[in-house]
Amino acid sequence: MYVAVKGGERAIENAHRLLAHKRRGNPETPELAVSQIREQMFLAVARVMSEGALHDPGLAALALKQAAGDLVEAIFLLRAYRATLPRFCGSRPLDTGKMRIARRISASYKDLPGGQRLGATFDYTHRLLDFALLAEGEYPAPEADTPSPAASALAPEESAVPHVMHLLAREGLVTEANPSDDASVSAPPPDITREPVSFPAARAKRLQILARGDEGFLLALGYSTQRGYGRNHPFAGEIRIGHVDVWLETEELPFPVPAGDIEVSECEMLNQFVGGRDKPPQFTRGYGLAFGQAERKAMAMALVDRALRAGEYGEEADAPAQQAEFVLAHCDNVEAAGFVSHLKLPHYVDFQSELDLIRTLRREYLDAQTPGPQPARADAAHGEAHDTLEEIHS
Amino acid sequence: MDTNQDPTLASSDIQARQQWMYTLSHADIADLLPFETRLKAEPYQLIRPPEIGMAMVRGRMGATGEAFNLGEMTVTRCVVQTDEACIGYSYIAGRDKKHAELAALVDAHLQGTRHRSWLCQVIALLDARRLSRQAGEARRHDSTRVDFFTLVRGENDVA
Repeated sequence: MYVAVKGGERAIENAHRLLAHKRRGNPETPELAVSQIREQMFLAVARVMSEGALHDPGLAALALKQAAGDLVEAIFLLRAYRATLPRFCGSRPLDTGKMRIARRISASYKDLPGGQRLGATFDYTHRLLDFALLAEGEYPAPEADTPSPAASALAPEESAVPHVMHLLAREGLVTEANPSDDASVSAPPPDITREPVSFPAARAKRLQILARGDEGFLLALGYSTQRGYGRNHPFAGEIRIGHVDVWLETEELPFPVPAGDIEVSECEMLNQFVGGRDKPPQFTRGYGLAFGQAERKAMAMALVDRALRAGEYGEEADAPAQQAEFVLAHCDNVEAAGFVSHLKLPHYVDFQSELDLIRTLRREYLDAQTPGPQPARADAAHGEAHDTLEEIHS
Repeated sequence: MDTNQDPTLASSDIQARQQWMYTLSHADIADLLPFETRLKAEPYQLIRPPEIGMAMVRGRMGATGEAFNLGEMTVTRCVVQTDEACIGYSYIAGRDKKHAELAALVDAHLQGTRHRSWLCQVIALLDARRLSRQAGEARRHDSTRVDFFTLVRGENDVA
């Protein structure tokens, strides 16, 4: 428990000025523009949007500038801003099958309808520092003058590419994605920003929590499943990144309203089998979806989503990644950072009682060690505690 | 174009309106600004001035399954009424109030008597710009199209 304290206004104000001064850095270097962060640090922007649970590249870039690059702080800023806005409506579920694809890869099929595109990726780079970036320069776009015949035949409007999972689903080799009978009449999914989470949590709630969950935490948990803590043998069935149209279900217009598009990253993980006496063996699946270009996040989310389906498939849930309450209650970095940070708040009274207690315990311990006449314990303890209180307040 | 629509309304009219709303919402504001003077040439009323808020974006489990909430996005909306008593709406991703107001104005004018002229002059141009922008992006992405081939292990002696 912490207590209210007074005073320190001047120090606090100066600390904030100092932060602003420090954030600006050496005034001889040009100041970072928010647009530069949005355009040139788009992977950090994507992470702040996903975990801040608000798609707005400009605001995410502003948050990154204000937070001097501290991602968790920037995520906190975006969440706080989000809480000030009214929610007009919900969207129709994104149709990622109609994504304008910037990247699409599969580790399961070499040749798949629609083809694989590497997109803008760090994969296949040598991870050597590129000292050329120290100097400012021009970076030529890829040579796109001679597109492959298959590509040029596709107008952007017609480039809908079915998911890899469809190939497997056609043969019944993979579990159903549980489609609802009629999406237009089904109730809106449960919303963890409006209703408290209780356990066991429905998969819709789990996915919403994972979507805003800390990438590092989910990555570590996903990794742990690969190393044997809740092993489920994943394949990256398909990863796709690109722009998806957003259609809103508004109150005043009786038809879905197009509102533009957003970039998302999607990962469909394909995992080892279920099946038994009454059901033929089938692959199982995990799903990851994130704002912006956030492939690692989407993959980690898909691994953890699958691990959290242990109960559904009658698997023993004995590994950390399989325990919904542990994972979901601890993956939010705004909550986690908040509770860890609160340790910095004044705990003077709490600590005072702990000091009293430890002094008493120590005295009892020492008394037990040295035989002889006992001093009046209660008085002595009271006197020392009083001294310490004065020290703290002085 | 989305296929899920209210069956009680004349679907061709709705589809046409959705199509121009689609174009307006995907437009680059720089392409819309040159029309501002003409859009505002006749008096109009702001029924709902441009307002910034959010929409909850939903995804589907496994891309095709039940819906879940992914997270919110910023959206700006606006409602205008022209002298012809046409009411124009807009919902535009992001926080650009000007974009929302101009898009609502175009939506209103497109429901008026000069529908054809607005369609040919504004929507056709915005569509062309969007398609060429998207085609450029698609070309750059397609340049990374890859054909992997598998090496057969232990068969090094192929001539």
